[in-house]
Amino acid sequence: MAAPAQAPNQPIIRVKDVEVVLNDRKILNKLTLDVKRGEVLGFVGGSGQGKTVLMRTIIGLLPKVSGIIEVFGVDLDKASEQERHAVERRWGVLFQQGALFSSLTCIQNVQFPMREYLNLSPRLMDEIAIAKLEMVGLKADVRDKYPAELSGGMIKRVALARALALDPEIVFLDEPTSGLDPIGAGDFDELIRTLQQTLGLTVYMVTHDLDSLHAICDRIAVLSDGKVIVEGNMDVMLACDHPWVKEYFRGKRSRAAGMAHHRANDLVAS
Amino acid sequence: MSEALLTTVARGDRLELAAAGAWTVDCASDLETLVDAAVAQAKSVKSVAINMANVERLDTFGAWLLERLVRDFSTDGRGIDVVGLPPRYNDLVHEAQQSNRKQPEAPSEDIVDTAAMLLRRAGRMFLRDITLTVQLFGQLVMAILRIARNPRTFRFTSMVHHLDRVGWRAVPIVLLITFLIGCIIAQQSLFHFRKFGADVYVVDMVGILVLREIGVLIVAVMIAGRSGSSYTAELGSMKMREEIDALQTMGLDPVEVLILPRILALVIALPALSFLGSMAALYGGGMVCWLYGGMSPEIFLSRLQEAISLDHFEVGISKAPFMALIIGIIASVEGLAVKGSAESLGLQTTASVVKSIFLVIVLDGIFAMFFAAIGK
Ligand SMILES: Nc1ncnc2c1ncn2[C@@H]1O[C@H](COP(=O)(O)OP(=O)(O)O)[C@@H](O)[C@H]1O
Ligand SMILES: [Mg+2]
Repeated sequence: MAAPAQAPNQPIIRVKDVEVVLNDRKILNKLTLDVKRGEVLGFVGGSGQGKTVLMRTIIGLLPKVSGIIEVFGVDLDKASEQERHAVERRWGVLFQQGALFSSLTCIQNVQFPMREYLNLSPRLMDEIAIAKLEMVGLKADVRDKYPAELSGGMIKRVALARALALDPEIVFLDEPTSGLDPIGAGDFDELIRTLQQTLGLTVYMVTHDLDSLHAICDRIAVLSDGKVIVEGNMDVMLACDHPWVKEYFRGKRSRAAGMAHHRANDLVAS
Repeated sequence: MSEALLTTVARGDRLELAAAGAWTVDCASDLETLVDAAVAQAKSVKSVAINMANVERLDTFGAWLLERLVRDFSTDGRGIDVVGLPPRYNDLVHEAQQSNRKQPEAPSEDIVDTAAMLLRRAGRMFLRDITLTVQLFGQLVMAILRIARNPRTFRFTSMVHHLDRVGWRAVPIVLLITFLIGCIIAQQSLFHFRKFGADVYVVDMVGILVLREIGVLIVAVMIAGRSGSSYTAELGSMKMREEIDALQTMGLDPVEVLILPRILALVIALPALSFLGSMAALYGGGMVCWLYGGMSPEIFLSRLQEAISLDHFEVGISKAPFMALIIGIIASVEGLAVKGSAESLGLQTTASVVKSIFLVIVLDGIFAMFFAAIGK
């Protein structure tokens, strides 16, 4: 597929001065954010601040009042239908509630995008779908289960497998590890890291999970009052003086997470 | 795609494969053909080597096809060497090696349904329906008894809300449709009775038919389609999202909180709507008699007064609450039977409408026999 010409060091997602109004309330106020190719961006902010709204606006599910959003250098507002499709095929989305198709089995859910976009033999589709399910840490015998028969964590995993079905270049993850047990969440982080390194994936991750932020995020952006108030790596977060950021990254819980992370690093080093 | 993704060179007992280009999702289909061809070609050779050095990009599709190639070659103990794989893909290939290890069990054979099995299944479903319906009826009675003892627990607001939805808001469409039905009955009777010179009996026909049967039946069928279906869909999606379970764990009875107000609203609304519908149908009949049959409204009214008695009206309207009860109970039973999927919501909503219309008609038949027996 012909990738639109884009210089390698251009941001893969560019959000500039975006305003979103829902029910007469301004949720995002001149928000600007760049995501670089190949990085893992962690997006944090209090509940109801509009993290999901921003993600849905970027992928074109919510209208914006003003501003520019470019993904792969394509402005989706101006793109033709074909260009849009080409872009949509190159990203994968994991919704907060999973959003699996309830009348399809797990394996059919994962195969759905393949069926739509690729022309593969049934055998290869089965094998790839199973491989994806196993990659996200599920056993092959979930293949014929329906979403209603799965636990919350399993739904998240199947949804991730579906988001990764076409080996996308960007994945959008909305709170991927919420609802997972800590070990499962750790596996999830590791998986995302592996995929990001081997496939050169760009990861846009909304999260509340301090462990994920410590373990896999290259850069963190904090949303408050409709704007990104600070972005940078963990050191920048720890140095920030904004009260919410301070409480979030230097509060009691975060110290525990940070310490655990350092301990893990020490173990690896020794 | 100019370069070959996979080229094969046979050297005596040894087959040498060279991979090149982008082993990615976009070429997966071509790549699969090449891999399968290579495997078929290699039946006779002793050993195989594959050089991955020229692969520019590899993703999970490519990694899996490589793994499939390796597995297919090594089934009968032959060796395969993979050389030159760029180290950055090691993790990915490792992931692929782990996957598809367990053979999926063959899916259970589709058993062809014999007639006996179909009958047995239908019988079981029928029994299940009866049990659930009776059970829900019992729960309703229990809830009413509880409320009779402690009237303040009754969800009055909720009932009024549903009364507004299934009663008040249904008035325009009910009036329109029953009016049209009244017109049609009058027109047809006029047309055919005229041949016998029995024009005046059109009024008997319209009056008795509308008051005894058509008024209540048409309205009940409409309400089954309009409100029964929405009850099923609402309860079903609440069931899907575990809202009903949440109620239960808070110590509230879903029947009392959700179902009783809905069914009571129907039981109140349906007789009222039937009455309005019957009046609209008589009005429609009168209009047609006047405009099409040339019978003045005074004659129509006086004839109507002779033809019908309060009995006819009572027979018709007394059926309405029972039909409402049937519609409400079926809608609730089907709503609670919804499983997790959107498809099942659709299925149960259809079942709810079909079953309640069917039962409304059956009930009407039973009432007809009953009233004939008591001579009303
Ligand atoms: N479809 C919608 N219509 C109106 N308001 C919405 C909608 N979706 C979200 N909101 C509002 O936008 C705000 C941000 O929501 P959201 O992005 O979901 O928060 P979070 O940061 O927790 O993901 C909330 O105040 C919410 O009430
Ligand atoms: Mg959210």
